[in-house]
Parts: sequence; structure tokens; C-alpha cells
Amino acid sequence: MPGLQLRGVAKSFRNTEVLAGVDLDVAPREFIAFLGPSGSGKSTLLRIIAGLEYADAGEVILDDRRIDGLSPGQRGVAMVFQHYALYPHMTVRENMAFGLRNARVPQDAVDRLIEDAARVLEIDPLLERKPAQLSGGQRQRVAIGRAIVKSPKLFLLDEPLSNLDAALRLRTRVELAQLRERVESAFIMVTHDQAEAMTLADRIVVFNDRRIQQVAAPMEIYARPANRFVAQFVGSPAMSIIPATLAEGGTLASVTLGDGTRIDTSVARDGLPKAQAVELGLRPEHVRVAPAGEADTQATVDLVERLGERSLVYARLQDGQQVTAEAEGNTAAKVGDTVGLRIDGGAAHLFGPDGTGYHRTGA
Amino acid sequence: MSAGVQRRWQGLLFVAPFLLLYFVILIYPLLKGAWLSLYRVDLFGGGTFVGLGNYVRLFADPVFWQSMANTLLVTLMIVPPLTVIALALALALNRATRGAAILRGVFFSSAVLSVTIVTLIWRFVLAPDAGLLGELWTTAGWTPLPFLSDESLVLPALAVTTIWWSVGFPMLLFLAGLQQIPHDMYEAAALDGAGRWTTFTKVTLPSLKRTTILVMMLQTAGQLQLFGQSQLLTAGGPSGASRTAVLFLFESAFGRWELGYASAAAEVLFLLIVAVTLTQYALTGRPGADDAR
Repeated sequence: MPGLQLRGVAKSFRNTEVLAGVDLDVAPREFIAFLGPSGSGKSTLLRIIAGLEYADAGEVILDDRRIDGLSPGQRGVAMVFQHYALYPHMTVRENMAFGLRNARVPQDAVDRLIEDAARVLEIDPLLERKPAQLSGGQRQRVAIGRAIVKSPKLFLLDEPLSNLDAALRLRTRVELAQLRERVESAFIMVTHDQAEAMTLADRIVVFNDRRIQQVAAPMEIYARPANRFVAQFVGSPAMSIIPATLAEGGTLASVTLGDGTRIDTSVARDGLPKAQAVELGLRPEHVRVAPAGEADTQATVDLVERLGERSLVYARLQDGQQVTAEAEGNTAAKVGDTVGLRIDGGAAHLFGPDGTGYHRTGA
Repeated sequence: MSAGVQRRWQGLLFVAPFLLLYFVILIYPLLKGAWLSLYRVDLFGGGTFVGLGNYVRLFADPVFWQSMANTLLVTLMIVPPLTVIALALALALNRATRGAAILRGVFFSSAVLSVTIVTLIWRFVLAPDAGLLGELWTTAGWTPLPFLSDESLVLPALAVTTIWWSVGFPMLLFLAGLQQIPHDMYEAAALDGAGRWTTFTKVTLPSLKRTTILVMMLQTAGQLQLFGQSQLLTAGGPSGASRTAVLFLFESAFGRWELGYASAAAEVLFLLIVAVTLTQYALTGRPGADDAR
């Protein structure tokens, strides 16, 4: 099977387990983002694939070849480091040629590969400079160029955009998206920035607590989070999670909140666990500040963030539960006000006692 | 008095203790030495101005030339091997194990000994009749070599002693240099398929360029002033074969009381050291030109 397969990869540092039996399949040319908080194991997994760390157990297979015993240079992977790791005493050209020379690529091929990559990345005027003479964005391109010339089967990107300023990060994000269209490799990018993961990746792998929490396309992760952690980690601002009581009967589940509000969801009733106590998940865009006549419930405003086209209203329901709602950009709501909230129950998520997510049917 | 001027005076006050010491123990002796070299003067009083007379005499003095040649030769015998050995030790001991930490201490320990102790130790090692090497030679069935009394062996013996004594500090400089190399550079090299030797020659060595220049400059300047070992081990003998430039000027000043003459020799040595270090500096390029990442 072509592409990358991870089978039961586990890793501990001393007595601390950092990865517990990870399985993952990456298709050829696929762009995968490893997303998760610090310490979730995502960087360790990337380094295991690169060969910079060795797994305690499990297999890493790339294009039908087991690579977990090979040295990094023999694996057919290239990596872009977070701090670029360019060789400071070599020119840009020498930096890009280093890997090719070690692989005994003939000189004329080396020259051609470098010229091609430099043209694509628009760094051809910089080839004779040294890294110290380059800006951060230029160094980033050189680091990418050094990876491209090796024509790897797999690109590994370790937080590639985290060292760039906000404007450059947006531009580089677009360029990365264009780059992946031009090269025949698969990409794995480690990031803790969900916007990067959402915009670049074909599929996102969400890590937490040594394990993969969910592997799915970005919108799937957003619309159908596998569990409470994924639901709260992806999406900004985070989904509100409110304890609720499941009502008896019906094909679609209805719940009652602590303040007595009844919400009719589109989640199928018979798929849910037996327990009565569940949690209701509401994204801010599904809770709107509304005039009294249209409101489902009331809440007291804690904070209003005006973003221009819309405002975010952080509020507390009558029983003290926190909820994030959206309002017009020019909303009159201010701290301490009591406002009405209209809740779109059809878009709501439910979470069982073990945190598993249940979502609307058919969407 | 304006605020600016006052500020400047206060600043000067802070650096005054340093400046005072600097002038009294460095600048003044330097100028005084140059001035002395123009006089015929002995240790006990007044001198007569002789212009460049001391220098003329110096350049015609075969003993001076021999001591200069010895100095250059022994420096050449010391600096390159010392640099290589210090680097090798640093590479071997640049790890976070307890054993490496102990060995770092062991190899540095010789540097804290005084030259008297060092020469005493090496006299025991080098003495042909009862020394360690003599015993080894005898055991092997060879005639023990007279390291300290053979004209062609005495400078190498001096060099070995000096390397043993001075290897600790350059080793520390190299260790510091090695720890400055970011770890991800080695990871990048591993992903670039570089083997151990390629990694060493293409990543480690170039990153140590500045440290290497520093070590060679410090050692060259230091070994051109080699004195204690030569005086204590051999007193410059046999027949002047281990007399160094500083030993020559010591003998002139405090053996024959010719202060002016010794000062002239000191000035020549001073200029030589300045010239050698500047040449090294120029030849190896401006350090730091390609350092920042």
C-alpha cells in the first residue's frame, strides 16, 4: 500500500508515556495536520517518522517499506524545522546542495534541482548569500527549498509558520497551499494553530493526552467532533458545554437545561447512551442574542467583544452556566445587562458521560 | 556645569579605578620598556642614551637569534598538536554523562598546577636513568633516551610538557563552542543523509571556526612567551638548545644586569607576537562574518 502507515507506535521518555499505540494511514499526496496542545505527543510522533526519535514499539511504513529502523537520511523524508536549522556557514546554494551531495547526486543534476526549486520559491537572487543575510521569511523559504530538492515522498513540517510575524504567516500559508499542489509528496505538518490546520490540511489529526482523538477532514472535525476535547479544542471561540438532562421519548433527542429551558436537538434519540445526564454543546454562531419575544432563555452579560462584523457575547444563564453567543456588530448589549438568547437546537451537539460526541443526523 | 558634562564626569568616576590600574600596570610599563630599550642601563641606577644601539647589538647577537629560533620552533611544536588534542578531548567529553564530567575535571586539573610542579613531574617522567620513559625504554630493551640533555630532543620534550600542562583551557573553550551549536543543525544533517565524518567536517568544524582561531591566537601569543618550563627543566641547555626568547631576556636583565638590552629584546618579541597574531587574524578571515543564524 503506498503512502505512510503507522502501526501501534508507542513511546515513553523514562517513565513518562508520550504516545500510546498510535495507528494512522496517510495517503500519497495527502496533507495531514497534527493538531493538539503542547505535550500531546504530536511533535514526538513527527520526530519518530523522521527518525530523530526511535519508537519503543510499533511500525512506520512508507511506500511498502518499513522505515522505523533506518537512519533519517535513508527514509525518503525531508523536514522543515521550526527554527529552520540552516547551516550558517554555507550559502543558500550550499545549504540546498548538502543533502544531494551526500546522496551522491551528480553535480549537473544538483545544479538543475537547485535552480528549479529556487525559481519556484523565488529565492534565486539569494543563492549566493548566507543565512545571516536573509530575513525570517527568506530563511523559511530556503528551509523549504532544502527539503524540496530532495524530492521526498513525505514532507515533515514542524510548526513551520510559528516563527513568522502575522502578515508573513498568512502569506506563507497561502504559499504552502500552492506548493503542495506542485509537488508529488505527502505532507505532515505539526501545529498548535487550528487556523493553519483548518486551511491547509486535507485531514486533521487531533492529539491529546498521548492519543489520537480524531482523524477527519477539517469541516468534519468542526461539525462532528468525536468527543468533548475535540469539540472544545477546535473552533474559536470554543464551543460552550452545558450540563443538561435528556428527556424521555421522541426520535430526536430533547434536553432540559439547568434553568429549565427545553432544547430540541436533531440528534437521533436511539443512538444515545442510557444515562439521563448529558452535556449540550453549542457553538457561538448557534446562540444569538435576540429580543425578548424570540428568545429561548435569558442570560447576564459578562463580557462583549466587538469584532466589527459581529460581536461575541460571553454570558451566564440563570443557573450560572457560561455560554458564548453572537450578536450584531453594533449590539447594544453591555456588561451586566440581561439579554435574551435564541438557541439553534437543530445545530446542537450532545456529549455522553464518557465525553463521546453525538451530532445531528444527516449533516 | 551642564548636566551632560556632569554625567560624563560621574561615568568617568566609575571607570577610574580600572583606568588607574590599567595605566599603572600596563600602559606605563609598556612605554617605560620602550624607553628603557634606548638606554644602556643596569639594575642599580642611571643610564646613558644609546639610541638604537641595543637593537644593533641584539641583531648581531647569535645567542639572541638562537633563542628566537628556539621560541618559534617550540611554538610550532606546541600550538597545532595542542589545538588538535584539545578539540579531540572536547569532542570525546561533550556529553552529559557522569564519566565525561569526571574526565573533563581530570584533563583540566593539570592546568591548575604551577609551572614548578609541572616541571618537577615531567623531570620524573623524562629523566633517562630513573624516569618513567627511561624505565619503559629499558623494559622494551632499548637504551633510554636523554630527553633533557640531547640538543635535538630537548625542544620536543619541552613541547610535550607544555601541551600536557596547557591542554585544559583550550579544551574548555572547545567544549563551550560545541555547546553553542544548536542541536537541530545535527538533526538537519542527519535528515540530509550526512554520515559522522561529513557531519564533523561540514557542520561541527565550521561552527567551531571562531573558537579555533581564538585558541590558536591565545596559544601562539602564550607559547611565544614560554619561560618557566625551559628555565626549570633545563635552564636553557644543553648549550642553549632550549633557551627561549623570554629566558634570554631574563638572563640579560637579571643575570647580566643589562636592563636596556633586555628591554630591546622584549620589544622585538612584543612586535613579533603582535605581528603573528594579526597575521593569523587576517588569514583566517574576520571571525563572526557568518555566525548569526
